[in-house]
Amino acid sequence: MIEIAVKKQIGNFKLDVALSLKRGEFVGIMGASGSGKTTLLRIIAGLENATGRIVVGDEVWLDGKKSLPPQKRSIGFVFQEYALFENMSVLGNLLYVSKDEALARKLLKIVELDDLLDRYPAQLSGGQKQRVALARAMMRCPKLLLLDEPLSALDSSMRLKLQNEIARLHEEFGTTTLMVSHDRGELLRLSDRIYQMRQGKFAEVERNPIIDAVRV
Amino acid sequence: MIDLAPLWLSFKLAFITTLLLFFIALPLGWWLSQTRSLLKPFIEALTALPIVLPPSVLGFYLLVAFAPDSPIGAFLLHTLDLKLVFTFPGLVVASMIYSFPFMVQPLQSGFESLSQRMIEASYLAGKGFWQTLWRVALPNIKPSLFTALIVTFAHTVGEFGVVLMVGGSIPGETKVASVAIYELVEQLDYEDAHIYSAILLVVSFVVLFGVYIFNKRFRVARA
Repeated sequence: MIEIAVKKQIGNFKLDVALSLKRGEFVGIMGASGSGKTTLLRIIAGLENATGRIVVGDEVWLDGKKSLPPQKRSIGFVFQEYALFENMSVLGNLLYVSKDEALARKLLKIVELDDLLDRYPAQLSGGQKQRVALARAMMRCPKLLLLDEPLSALDSSMRLKLQNEIARLHEEFGTTTLMVSHDRGELLRLSDRIYQMRQGKFAEVERNPIIDAVRV
Repeated sequence: MIDLAPLWLSFKLAFITTLLLFFIALPLGWWLSQTRSLLKPFIEALTALPIVLPPSVLGFYLLVAFAPDSPIGAFLLHTLDLKLVFTFPGLVVASMIYSFPFMVQPLQSGFESLSQRMIEASYLAGKGFWQTLWRVALPNIKPSLFTALIVTFAHTVGEFGVVLMVGGSIPGETKVASVAIYELVEQLDYEDAHIYSAILLVVSFVVLFGVYIFNKRFRVARA
């Protein structure tokens, strides 16, 4: 179980959000730009400070103002702008996170990059870069996978392909995933629940009707 | 045969200055690139001073500060047993201050050009500050790093006013090439002055030429 209740004031903007995630759940957050989605993910990752409480299983990541640094949080994070280590090969990007080469090769096979191991980020397309970033985010076998608009810079066919890979990784590793997007269709395809975010707050929650329909 | 000691001294001074400055300027350049502190412009102005000040001003203040009868000089001499006026260690300290901006500024602007997300990705990979600096930040700013090292080295070889004030001109100890050339010209020994000058000119050009070739290759490789 992951419990999150955080607050942050940035000028006039106030972020005030509470949510809980079950293990293995895939939760989507939707909202216009400026609604605070990215800030929320960054707070959960420990990249921005905030007050409140974040409890992941038996670990406390945030308690009041006491905050665990990002290094100590079991997080996989995928940025919209890939953020690959430019000086390292595809395989090197994964091995930097953890020396587990078997896991790295397995992940790169899942995202279909196993024949590009020695390439450098500058030699990859946008879709390929994001697949490396996705595989890299799984190298710590994170308790929580955070995806910050990972597909919004890609064309539609590449998005579909990556959506499938995200779903596959989520299932295969049993990760709990929180994904931010402004594309409702994308979240409907992937998430169990979707939160609508407006001006720093959750406006509504909906269970995914498609998933419910499949389950019935 | 011409005495090569001043040239050797110039390069020795430049090498030691560059090496020591690198380790001091590295954390400072990083800090300046990342901080939102209100102190930043103050520190930036302070580190950039040697670019603006005439070397004689800097040399004068350093001479006054290092003098055995000043508080700093007395402390250095009696507590650390370090005499900095008219000695080689004094030249090293003076050169480090004089060349400081030439090391800090390229490193800082290199770090500022790095994607902040890439740095955060390293933290999220569980890596701490030093590992991120060595394995992610520095390898991705190779042209800036190279520029910082080479320009600091070249700038130290080329300094004159500060070394003359702080070092005097003691042969084999503080008489570097630039000072030696000045003295040769004063003695109307143009032949030896020509030899020293030509060596400095050629070495400087080759070094700078190398930097530009390296930086061009690096950019092409990244494009």
